[in-house]
Amino acid sequence: MFLSLLLVLLIGAVAWAGASCGLTALFGVVLPYGAVLIFICGLVWRMVYWAKSPVPFAIPTTGGQERSLDFIKQEKWDCPNTKFGVFVRMLLEVCLFRSLFRNTAACIHENDPVNGGPRLVYYSSKWLWCFALIFHYCFLFVFLRHFRFFMEPVPACVSFLEAVDGFMQIGAPRFFITGGLLLVAVLFLLCRRIFNERLRYLSLMNDYFPLFLILGIVCSGLCMRYFDKCEIALVKMFIMGVTHFSPVSAEGINAMFFVHLTFVCALLIYFPFSKLTHMLGVFFSPTRNLPNNTRAVRHVNPWNPPKQFLTYAEYEDLYRDAMAEAGLPLEKQPEPKKAAE
Amino acid sequence: MAKLPTPQELVASRPAFPDEAWLDTKPKFAPGSFCYPAKKETMEIMHMPNPHDWDPAADDWNLPDNWEQILCDAFAERLEKHRSLKLFMDICVRCGACADKCHFFLGTNDPKNMPVLRAELLRSLYRRDHTMLGKILGKKVGARGWDKEVVKELFYYAYQCTECRRCSLFCPYGIDTAEITAIVRELLHEVGLGTHWIMDPVKNCSFTGNHLGIKPHSFVEIVEMLADDCETVTGIRPKTPFNEKGHEILFLTPSGDVFADPGIYTFMGYLLLFHELDLDYTLSTYASEGGNFGSFTTFNMAKKLNAKMYHEAERLGVKWILGGECGHMWRVINQYMDTYNGPSPACMEVPKSPITGTVFENAASTKMVHITEFTADLIRHNKLKLDPSRNDHIITTFHDSCNPARAMGLLEEPRYILKHVCNNFVEMPENTIREQTFCCGAGSGLNTEEIMELRMRSGMPRGNALRYVQQKYGVNHMACVCAIDRATLPPLADYWAPGVTVSGVHELVANALVMKGEAKRTMDLRQEDLPNVEADDAAEQGE
Repeated sequence: MFLSLLLVLLIGAVAWAGASCGLTALFGVVLPYGAVLIFICGLVWRMVYWAKSPVPFAIPTTGGQERSLDFIKQEKWDCPNTKFGVFVRMLLEVCLFRSLFRNTAACIHENDPVNGGPRLVYYSSKWLWCFALIFHYCFLFVFLRHFRFFMEPVPACVSFLEAVDGFMQIGAPRFFITGGLLLVAVLFLLCRRIFNERLRYLSLMNDYFPLFLILGIVCSGLCMRYFDKCEIALVKMFIMGVTHFSPVSAEGINAMFFVHLTFVCALLIYFPFSKLTHMLGVFFSPTRNLPNNTRAVRHVNPWNPPKQFLTYAEYEDLYRDAMAEAGLPLEKQPEPKKAAE
Repeated sequence: MAKLPTPQELVASRPAFPDEAWLDTKPKFAPGSFCYPAKKETMEIMHMPNPHDWDPAADDWNLPDNWEQILCDAFAERLEKHRSLKLFMDICVRCGACADKCHFFLGTNDPKNMPVLRAELLRSLYRRDHTMLGKILGKKVGARGWDKEVVKELFYYAYQCTECRRCSLFCPYGIDTAEITAIVRELLHEVGLGTHWIMDPVKNCSFTGNHLGIKPHSFVEIVEMLADDCETVTGIRPKTPFNEKGHEILFLTPSGDVFADPGIYTFMGYLLLFHELDLDYTLSTYASEGGNFGSFTTFNMAKKLNAKMYHEAERLGVKWILGGECGHMWRVINQYMDTYNGPSPACMEVPKSPITGTVFENAASTKMVHITEFTADLIRHNKLKLDPSRNDHIITTFHDSCNPARAMGLLEEPRYILKHVCNNFVEMPENTIREQTFCCGAGSGLNTEEIMELRMRSGMPRGNALRYVQQKYGVNHMACVCAIDRATLPPLADYWAPGVTVSGVHELVANALVMKGEAKRTMDLRQEDLPNVEADDAAEQGE
């Protein structure tokens, strides 16, 4: 955990120092180009890597009643048997985190009056679902809001998002609620890992690093907006330059901007090589993206090996006499010699 | 078998998490924590790679000299063959939602029984050999290389997972530990490591047609005896057609139900039901096993054992196959059979109930129908005369078996039947039933005596839920649709909720079934006195 924190602080410090020493072209131009390239190529490479392996078996996890008899109601979305059903199931999974919504916390009461002894009780536990949802949606919102720096004129939908996001009309510049919520959600996810015994035990550097990195991005972003205020017009000119492949001077932009940008680049570079690929991987998951129709439609395994088994003829050869004695029908009658005995 | 602790002691004795990180701890192979190894001869006769003698409790497992190469290659090969494996290695975010969903974790509090860490055991090896960061940063990012202790650890935890898929239901990405466990077991079989309780049935099934190794003539004899028992109870001796050609239906069910109490009563239930319907069917001694212990070893072994079903259906010229109550049998049939050994033989047709005319479109390709689908349809169409009061002495609950629940979605059919054949039906708490059902604790080939305490631990969530409805609603019976359940739930009930009996659904069906020309029933299929019989007699005399 501390290693991850140190690593993130180091990245921030290097960016700060670099920007202060005038290496803005490196941190503001070269690094972002490289990071975006690695991000896109890396993700494509990862998807190709997954796709290269076939799906030999259809193994959907059924989350409800199958389609069988007319008078039995099928759970169409949790146990779909059609492509459309699977589409809805994936939609619920990706947009609403359906599976996580089921989460419960099992708790053992050692002396329960009903059971007269130990009893397991399952409490609804939606915190993880709730904060995971907040985290991902706020991240998306914040990401989309940033398009005002990339586009001129600012698209109406981005302005609309900003208006919605700042609806509370607090402060100047106006407080964006998603930014604040994102910080809260990241802190929740981090605290969970640190204070929950089980999570702490199983967490790796690979889990803390992206959390600290995102925390760094959020904090540096908030800092730039509300405290160590950046000259927005300059930043936009600079970014427009980068996105139009004609970089301009970064003269006058705070070092904090480069810290923020470098954190984002670090995340983009790290992304394809980490668990963060779950963003795309969830679409590939064979327990979710296949219909439960395996008895109605044959699923083909491209590497299906040839059949090798004890055939009935071989079986009858093994047991013919005993089978004849038991009066079982046979393909081939026993040798007359045996029958005579 | 060692004496079991009391439930209270068992719960209280779950150890706290170790101080060391999980990469530094290693399991202790104490007696009772592992299944006995497969015999060398068994592995040889089944042509498994690298058969050898070994003992899990020993320091040296006598692995072949190039064991590391074998495992690395086998792992790489599995990654090329299964997209699921690549994906599940890559995308876990370790959110921990799966942790307390696992019955083994709840019962043992061993952190490596959290599905996420069970998968990390393999993922750590994947990181070193198949990811850039793992190669560079090693242990810092949870990567490690193969060593003999790692092999032992994989064995220990791959056989403390019943492949029940409860975690995969709760995982936001659907990561399926059953898939990972199945592949780890495949890898272990590559270096000659298997368990006796699984490989022995596999060998038997391969040569005699069933897990128990019952030869054809004995198989017929046992079924005849069960038919005799049916006659004792009902006055009707059901027919027992075997290996006969030209019938419409082939009936397949786990051999455990022919052999072991209380499964035999379920089997008698089938015989009586089919007799009453005058069903045009046959049994087979060659394909006398519905279950598939091969599916607990390797995908290929599962395919090999499963191949008999279509082969026999083709030889006998049946139109479709009716499958009995079984858990993993239906995982294989529903999700693998058609892929393994399909397409189904040309003689087969889309299953159609000869009694009601219902066409089972959901089985259009495999041509296999689950017996509870078949019977629920009969009841719906009023084709059975039922007297549920014959089951009035029981208050039953229903245990969803993992595989029909989470790999098939068979939830309502058995309940529909139960509600028509029993007057007293009570559900267990909602987080322990239907798709959220808990395993009996001994599925996937772990239903062996030597790990009885472990089974009671992993069965804790199920046992506990049963205890709850027993104490609260007076439940004294648990119905299920799985032959392994019928073997594993009785000891589990004896331990967690003494006094609860276990049966298949079709035992209760046959108890309630009013047959044409039957003698007055005074006993149930277990030849125990029925309630209210004397009262009825008195009433009749009074008339």
